[in-house]
Amino acid sequence: MSPTNRQGWLALPSLAWLTVFFAAPTFIILGLSFKPATVTGGFGEGWSLAAWHMLWDPIYLAIAWRTLWLSSATTAICITLALPVAYYLARCAPRRRRLLLIAVILPSWTNFLVRVFAWKTLLHPQGLLKQLLDATSLIAPNQPLLYNPGAVLLVLVYTYLPFAILPLYAAADRFDFGLLDAARDLGANALTAFVRVFLPNVAHGIGVAVLMVFVPALGSYVIPELVGGVHAEMIGNKIAQRAFIDRNLPLAAALGSCLMLVVLLPMWARMAWTRKGTDPKGPSNPASEPNEPAGGAR
Amino acid sequence: MIKRFSWTATTTWLVLLFLHLPVAVLIAYSFNASRYGGRWLGFSFKWYERLFRDDEIWRALGYSVAIGLAATLLSLILGVSGALALHRARYRLRGLHFSLLYLPLAVPDILMGISLLLFFVLLQVPLGVLTIVAAHTSFCVSYVCMVVLGRLQTFDFTSIEAARDLGATPWQAARLVLLPRLVPAMVSGGLLAFTLSMDDFVITFFVSGPGSTTLPLRIYSMIKHGSPPLINALSTLLIVFTAAVIAVAQRFTKEVPRT
Repeated sequence: MSPTNRQGWLALPSLAWLTVFFAAPTFIILGLSFKPATVTGGFGEGWSLAAWHMLWDPIYLAIAWRTLWLSSATTAICITLALPVAYYLARCAPRRRRLLLIAVILPSWTNFLVRVFAWKTLLHPQGLLKQLLDATSLIAPNQPLLYNPGAVLLVLVYTYLPFAILPLYAAADRFDFGLLDAARDLGANALTAFVRVFLPNVAHGIGVAVLMVFVPALGSYVIPELVGGVHAEMIGNKIAQRAFIDRNLPLAAALGSCLMLVVLLPMWARMAWTRKGTDPKGPSNPASEPNEPAGGAR
Repeated sequence: MIKRFSWTATTTWLVLLFLHLPVAVLIAYSFNASRYGGRWLGFSFKWYERLFRDDEIWRALGYSVAIGLAATLLSLILGVSGALALHRARYRLRGLHFSLLYLPLAVPDILMGISLLLFFVLLQVPLGVLTIVAAHTSFCVSYVCMVVLGRLQTFDFTSIEAARDLGATPWQAARLVLLPRLVPAMVSGGLLAFTLSMDDFVITFFVSGPGSTTLPLRIYSMIKHGSPPLINALSTLLIVFTAAVIAVAQRFTKEVPRT
């Protein structure tokens, strides 16, 4: 029995649902950003550029810049830490590897808010980490650990590290480690072999990892809200503030549209990159994507 | 070679320590009599006792479970039918269908949250339990669909042909041959959908209304203005619960006969 057209109706329920509850809302926010805001917190009649004018405020530029650098730094640190882990996982014995993989995924099964809260307790002025650091006098006694961009970066790395490890491990697992020995035999030192042989061979995994860390990091809201405070806000905080505090929905829509643009760009870049490469089947082979850690940072 | 190996091993163990330490400390603190973590004032169950007396938490848990069950059921129906269509049928909108199922996995939560909020405001839909179920279903469908799709790829569709040759109607063949083989994927997809729904904060935060405080919303307000030790105790219970769910899910995936 070959694939048939008769089963096409099975596509209808999910197609209809996602068109209404995913595609329509996603496209609608761009349109809504050109609506005037009303005092009652809704959308007015006619069209207006007011929301986009308000985006030119230096406050929003600073926020956009902070969002970009925090997400980029998170991505860079996660990849740097995940590479040796992926390398080690791919090389160790199957039994130990399975246990280590479970250990990597396990924390992401803990409620996301709970994990952020755990860091908040650790970094609290009376928390364990702060007390330890005070005892070793590594930091100035008055230096707060919470409520600064550094705390946000730390918790972002903590949250997204498993998202970097898994795709890199999937790539390293397919790597032929005999090639490293060959490189060493041909006179390369360990570092050269790692950089010139191992890295290019896991480039695909690095691409997936970048996407899986950078994109959700851009949309962070809870982490900067709970450990960041006013001086470490990201674009997500501004979206929530415009939606809930002063109820300027068109401005929230404009901020959302900007975020969407920044999110779609790296995704398009990667799609163009894979299409150029060895994947002519395109979307027909979804299983080729490594799975993300389930229940991660939703 | 040996030197490099130990270097990567060290990094791995440090990374694992980094990933597990906060959760471990949290669990330990839930038994700490002291209100703040810095000092250990003795072993105590008092936060658990207080937790069990906190009615708001249990009501929030009730909402979360009800919403989770509804979203799981809906996303199973939509996700399984969607996966079957993607895997078996050839139709014009297949590419679009796949993108619609794939993109929710990639779009940040806050974008999904704000777009759904604006969408509901525009259509003047009152926010509450129903809007939360709709939102949760929308992101759970993709996960269910991907899990089932993965299972379908190892399913040998000639067994359906065999059933048809032996006189089964298409419906009988689907019910008696295909469905039993899909049950493990449906169970793990369903459990995944349920935990994702129970866990979701950001999207729920945007589309919830008065009288629909789910457990994560309650935890969030406790973190923002409340009692840290209670959250430690609650978190420990949640971790135990999630571990149990994973154990069940593992059992179901293990029972799958290799094809």
